[in-house]
Amino acid sequence: MDMFLQLLVIGLAVGSIYALVALGFVLIYKSSDAINFAQGEFLLVGTYVCLTLITAYNIPFLPALLLTLLFSALLGLVVERMVLRPFIGEPVISMIMATIGLSSFMAGCVHLFWGTDTQVFPKVFPDTPVQIGPVVVAQVYLWSLLTVLALLAVFTLFFKYSKMGIAMRATADDQQAALSMGISVKKVFAATWAISAIVSAVGGVLLGNINGVNSSLAAIGLKVLPVALLGGLDSVPGAIVGGFIIGILESLAGGYLDQYLGGGVKEVVPFVVLVLILMLKPYGLFGKREIERV
Amino acid sequence: MLTLNNVEVMYDKVILVLKGMSMQVPQGRIVALLGSNGAGKTTTLKAVSGLLKSENGQVTDGAIMFEGQSLVGKEAEEIVKSGIFQVMEGRRVFEHLSVEENLLAGAHTRKNRSSLKEEIERVYHFFPKLKMLRSRTAGYLSGGEQQMLAIGRGLMAAPRLMLLDEPSLGLAPRLVKEIFDIIKQINQEAGTTILVVEQNANVALSIADYGYIMENGRIVLEGEVEALKSNQDVQEFYLGMKEGGRRSFRDVKHYKRRKRWL
Repeated sequence: MDMFLQLLVIGLAVGSIYALVALGFVLIYKSSDAINFAQGEFLLVGTYVCLTLITAYNIPFLPALLLTLLFSALLGLVVERMVLRPFIGEPVISMIMATIGLSSFMAGCVHLFWGTDTQVFPKVFPDTPVQIGPVVVAQVYLWSLLTVLALLAVFTLFFKYSKMGIAMRATADDQQAALSMGISVKKVFAATWAISAIVSAVGGVLLGNINGVNSSLAAIGLKVLPVALLGGLDSVPGAIVGGFIIGILESLAGGYLDQYLGGGVKEVVPFVVLVLILMLKPYGLFGKREIERV
Repeated sequence: MLTLNNVEVMYDKVILVLKGMSMQVPQGRIVALLGSNGAGKTTTLKAVSGLLKSENGQVTDGAIMFEGQSLVGKEAEEIVKSGIFQVMEGRRVFEHLSVEENLLAGAHTRKNRSSLKEEIERVYHFFPKLKMLRSRTAGYLSGGEQQMLAIGRGLMAAPRLMLLDEPSLGLAPRLVKEIFDIIKQINQEAGTTILVVEQNANVALSIADYGYIMENGRIVLEGEVEALKSNQDVQEFYLGMKEGGRRSFRDVKHYKRRKRWL
């Protein structure tokens, strides 16, 4: 039982990070119907920038993180402007291909500047584990969970009440009509990419704190795609629930099954679950169906 | 207030849809733009509101002036800010947003955010039904309610000129009457100038002051509503009145011939 709880808490923490990165996928899919295959590379770049700020420039963690977020937002804006904007009005598949090219390009740049060795994040969170009831958890997991929950709350409020949030949801619903409201669709797209890059960077920094930093972090981007598909590519709550489901399943599967199957179960489970759920619910768990009045 | 002079609009650089379209909308009045399918009514509205761009359309000739300012080539958001709002054909409410969120989206260009509560109340004054539905998801409203929401959403931008594209589309006659009465009320109480595009000539002429009739991308007839209503061609071709039973196709040709002279 203790082991179960232990795995559950770790699953929750990792799952919350998946949820955050999946949110990035969902935002871009909602606003432009494209899947951003460079999501993992956004995460990678964000993580390395934060790491460099801390190790090379000796900036304390929090200011470094804020600078990283600022950098990521700018990166998102630049990428949207330079790479994606020319594809507005073109077939979605072209836009998706462009993001695949972008992902190779960004991965190449990361190798060029930071090499391929694993680097360790300087200790940000205290080493001493915390005891919660029967469960002993490293602090980094708890902090990850808290950070993500706070961020998710902020985004929920943003989409529900802020002018830009409503404009973004309106644009996702009907672009032409949004245009007729005087909503600048270009600004909405730019904001989408900026936010998406920010959440990826936060996810990357948290994961880097847990696992160390190397270029395989980008693979998280691909692992999160099932999360987004699971919840429904166009559903923000779906991304969050999907993230937690995959995180917990992964952690439990790794803990219980690895000893019998010889390891690696963790990597496969998300995709097995994805296939099963999509067989039953092709729109994902929370995917939006077309509203049809009868 | 709004003047179109010899406007030409082309889609995809080949399809000429407006061929020298000219009309005027004076301040404070209701102007109706009538015509059959494909005449270019919606294109005219989109040329004014700047929504052509996203459909690969372009104003290639002529002038569109709003209060002395040219609108040609301006972005849709600038045009909304300058006081023109187009309520698009087919309602186009944001289906997954609530009624109130739809209204807030309509107020996107408003600078003064603190007065939005009163603005929403003002919309509820014109459309009391919406108040009861305020937290409902817009996609599940009935057609009439969605049309009210679409117009209410337009009011939130506090436009001085409202362009209404077929507000009667797909609605029961009683609802059409109700919505047009409210349009008239908006014009009188809020002083909003209105340009309404309609297939349903009867109901449009019942509230309008002045009417234009469009065919093949240009105006073929115009006049004060009373004059239009008594025009024989209008009666026959747009209001569906017939005198002395069915006419033969030879007489229809007579109308076609006249149109060339116009």
